Amino acid sequence: MSAATVFGLCGAALAGLGLYGLIVNPQPLRKIVAFNLLGSGVFIIFGIVARRGAAAGFGADPVPQALVITGMVVAFSATALAVALLLRLFQTAGSVTLDADSPANMGTDSVDA
Amino acid sequence: MPYPAPALDEVTTTGGFLLVLSFVVPVAAALLAFVAGGRPAERIALTSMPLGLAIAIAIMVALKRAGAPLVYLLGGWAPPLGIVLRADGLSAVMMAITAVVIGAVGVFGRTDFRTPSGSVEARAPFAFWILLLAVWGALNMVFLGGDLFTLYVALELLTFAAVPLVCLDGRAETLQAALRYLLFALLGSVLYLVGTALLYGSYGTLDIVLLSRKIQAEPATLAAAALMTVGLLAKTALFPLHLWLPAAHAGAPAAASAVLSGLVVKGSFFIVVRFWFDVMPGIPGFAAAQLLGVLGAGAIVFGSVIALRQERLKLLIAYSTLAQIGYLFLMFPLAFGGASTRLENAGALAGGVLQAISHATAKAAMFMSAGLIYAALRHDRITGLGGVARALPMSVLAFALAGAALIGVPPSGAYLAKDLLLEAAAEREQWWWAASIQAGGIFTGSYVLLVLAHALMPAPEPAASRASVSRVGEAAALALALCSLLLGLVPWEEYLPVARGTLSNPLTLETLSTALWPIVAGGVLAILLGRWGARPERISMGQVLVAMVELPRRATLALGKALERVDRMLRQWSAAGLVLLVLAILFGAAMLVAD
Repeated sequence: MSAATVFGLCGAALAGLGLYGLIVNPQPLRKIVAFNLLGSGVFIIFGIVARRGAAAGFGADPVPQALVITGMVVAFSATALAVALLLRLFQTAGSVTLDADSPANMGTDSVDA
Repeated sequence: MPYPAPALDEVTTTGGFLLVLSFVVPVAAALLAFVAGGRPAERIALTSMPLGLAIAIAIMVALKRAGAPLVYLLGGWAPPLGIVLRADGLSAVMMAITAVVIGAVGVFGRTDFRTPSGSVEARAPFAFWILLLAVWGALNMVFLGGDLFTLYVALELLTFAAVPLVCLDGRAETLQAALRYLLFALLGSVLYLVGTALLYGSYGTLDIVLLSRKIQAEPATLAAAALMTVGLLAKTALFPLHLWLPAAHAGAPAAASAVLSGLVVKGSFFIVVRFWFDVMPGIPGFAAAQLLGVLGAGAIVFGSVIALRQERLKLLIAYSTLAQIGYLFLMFPLAFGGASTRLENAGALAGGVLQAISHATAKAAMFMSAGLIYAALRHDRITGLGGVARALPMSVLAFALAGAALIGVPPSGAYLAKDLLLEAAAEREQWWWAASIQAGGIFTGSYVLLVLAHALMPAPEPAASRASVSRVGEAAALALALCSLLLGLVPWEEYLPVARGTLSNPLTLETLSTALWPIVAGGVLAILLGRWGARPERISMGQVLVAMVELPRRATLALGKALERVDRMLRQWSAAGLVLLVLAILFGAAMLVAD
């Protein structure tokens, strides 16, 4: 098994775990962590893609590295925004849930019919 | 596969600098507003809006003069190493409409987001003006980005600017809606990112033009296409991936809702169009295009029926957005079809884009007038709208005109769009899409009429107070609605793939009469499915009518309730996630079958 395959499988496993957590786990904070896991898996896959450049005689293709760094910045900002929203939600509602029809969501003017 | 040789046939065209300006202006204004803060932020935002509109118009003029897409190579580096900005007819049209809607929202937002006198800065106005500029800049980048990764970054910027707009008022339910929106959008963008990784791995470039020359129907490409399509659908909130949309669009302040519903969902929609039409025209194949159309048709029926069942005006409009998004996706099966792998009917593409810009203007106007009604009544229960037409005639007129434009009354842009799509359906001999298109018009008629019927009823008590409603806001809503209603008169042949002379004159008696029957049919649907509150007791004629419709109404109400239950289920997080995965697999399978 070549190093590329190991990395590829590792990335796929991370992405799978993250996807599972993001869909199944009900807690928003865990969803955010799962999103980061998923993102890391994708970045590793991107890194493996960079090795294709090696076949053309380069050490490695630099473009995917640049893309991964940009992607990390985006994922970081997304995480920061999500955590900030989560904190505000906790301060305002006293609990955090993403369940749309939960009692916390029934404000004064939302009507449930 | 050999590593790609750089294609050096693209150079910066004259007028290319306009493309850079078009997003430098909003971004620079957003940064300046951030530094200046408070009241100057509003002034900076409002000053930049005419400037941006002028740039968008200049791009349209330059495009017409050049007769070919405008190109700008950033830093003079050609792709695949460099990043290129391109503006074709589609981008120019979308940018112009974006500038118009942003300007109208800016004028409208001046009342709601004025920094209160006495304080130097207030949180909500400060955030609103900066986020509005950020949304605008990100959208322009989406329309101009020449490679898939730039589009990814632009799309993320758009999401990050749009999410806080949802929760400007800081109430718990809007915060929750914003968080749901953000997390689901992130799931969508990760799928898109995986797709770009796969494409880069296969072809060594993400530039749209270079990619379109190399792309082939290989398993990796098809997997990427399926993942990217589904990721973008999640961000566009196409049924059944709409878990975040109703709460987010209905909970936001009116000015923000107008931007979110009118413009933000068009960003990811535009990338789907770019991807299917420019990157890999025809490669997804017949089955995948039909699947996209089926989701669109499902969205029309589902979104409209649920919209009719809503008690609150803003939720009704939000669900109407869901239905209208479905309408946009009907162009895919009509544009690609049969065994051919090429774009066959460019008219369908033009129709879809026209529908998108008509919806952008009309829906923004609808949300604005809903906001004005809310400000006057302090509630937006549909059954309690009685008397509002007398108190706020201009707002209700704006709502009615926007509704008429959406239904496709000539000479609206939606009318032209419908005409083009129907023509494409006839040419393809796919009558089921023609039926879906007509159903879209009828359903739109039904919920617009439902709202108008309530608004025109006499007031039970003088409830509405004009005091809190600004004339300027009403004028902005009315102007946008009129703009949508008159879009059909613009000569689109210069910018959209419409053959010259194919557009029929929208102002003949014949076209006007064909536009009437969706309204009549919509009225019947509204009676059968809508919420009407207490029964009218005064008129005996009314009682006869009520008795007549009672039986069919009971049956349709059962259908409505069943669909509402499905909607509640689909808006569960785990159900939506599973649907997302299933759709990705379905799209992948459909594309593989076509291969």
